[in-house]
Amino acid sequence: MIEHYLSLFIKSIFIENMALAFFLGMCTFLAVSKKVDTAVGLGIAVIVVQTITVPANNLIYQYLLKEGALFWLGLEGMDLTFIGLICYIGVIAAMVQILEMVLDRYFPALYNALGVFLPLITVNCAILGGSLFMVERDYNFAESIVFGFGSGTGWALALVALAGIREKMKYADVPPGLRGLGITFMIVGLMSMAFMAFSGIQL
Amino acid sequence: MTRARDVLLDPLFNKNPIGLQILGICSALAVTSKLETVLVMALAVTFVIAFSNLSVSLIRQQIPGSIRIIVEMTIIATLVIIVDQFLKAYAFSISKQLSVFVGLIITNCIVLGRAEAFAMKNSPGLSFLDGIGNGLGYSLVLVIVGFFRELLGAGKLLGTVFLPTTSDGGWYLANGLMLLPPSAFFIIGLLIWALRSWKTDQIEEDN
Repeated sequence: MIEHYLSLFIKSIFIENMALAFFLGMCTFLAVSKKVDTAVGLGIAVIVVQTITVPANNLIYQYLLKEGALFWLGLEGMDLTFIGLICYIGVIAAMVQILEMVLDRYFPALYNALGVFLPLITVNCAILGGSLFMVERDYNFAESIVFGFGSGTGWALALVALAGIREKMKYADVPPGLRGLGITFMIVGLMSMAFMAFSGIQL
Repeated sequence: MTRARDVLLDPLFNKNPIGLQILGICSALAVTSKLETVLVMALAVTFVIAFSNLSVSLIRQQIPGSIRIIVEMTIIATLVIIVDQFLKAYAFSISKQLSVFVGLIITNCIVLGRAEAFAMKNSPGLSFLDGIGNGLGYSLVLVIVGFFRELLGAGKLLGTVFLPTTSDGGWYLANGLMLLPPSAFFIIGLLIWALRSWKTDQIEEDN
């Protein structure tokens, strides 16, 4: 039992890395990876939000949207999965907002450290992608917690690694046209190739 | 008229959403291993941007500033659901291949970015054109990437064999890397290099 969850965890961090294997959250990934400090802050925020929203959306899917899930209301065979997208994004936006208020009230230091990244997470596709993968692969509640935490960690790991490489890049002499965005794409491509070494590992 | 033309054509090369503004890359990479999925995705995104721009622009006077993001997200999510249901009904196999990436159009930053930056300030007609233009700029990059990945990776275009591969008795030794995720990064990187060598004003300052 525990092995199943452990393998899911490792799989969601390395083998199915959100950023490097599915290209999710790329916009923020490329924009916020200039410094390691900010990358760490955003990484933590993503892990927290992902760990909360994926299980929350799992509950909504299991008990409200799935076909036959509304039987306790006397609505048998009701299939609401088509409005899933709007629900998930609503949950994510609301969760981010609540998290922001809670952090502001009880953990002001962390709140200040995360700053503007917290609201930005709403439009990070890694978060919505996590919820959609959870639905597509039909994870149960416990699996969705593990998957949420694992995929968030994987994304954060890739972000910090990229930021580390980019900090060193200032010593490199890059051709003018490649400067900035172009060379970053190449770096991410190489990182993604390195992460491909994990694929095919059976746990 | 020139303004309308600029709004429509600028996003193709001068202000390409992917090449210059780093927007909407997430889905640009994942769906590009085959040209067929690319075309469907490009159409879907263009449709969503054009109509979200149009709707946001139509009600821009009525939206209170503090809740505009939520209103915009709701409009976008509704349009994406329409696209998703349409694909499930009429192109089920492609909808399966695109899997979660249709849903992820919601968080495609181009859509929200254009709604915020353009549609909130301009008339419905211009906003609609801006949406089409940005959709086309996005599609252009996607189609180029998809073209090279499918041609070099599988020797095919839209399922028709152009370079017969050795495994099928032909002469072309397929480059398997092209079908794998990293190749998309390299192709987009090279594309940006090419674009910026042509339009030198887009080169980033050394920092």
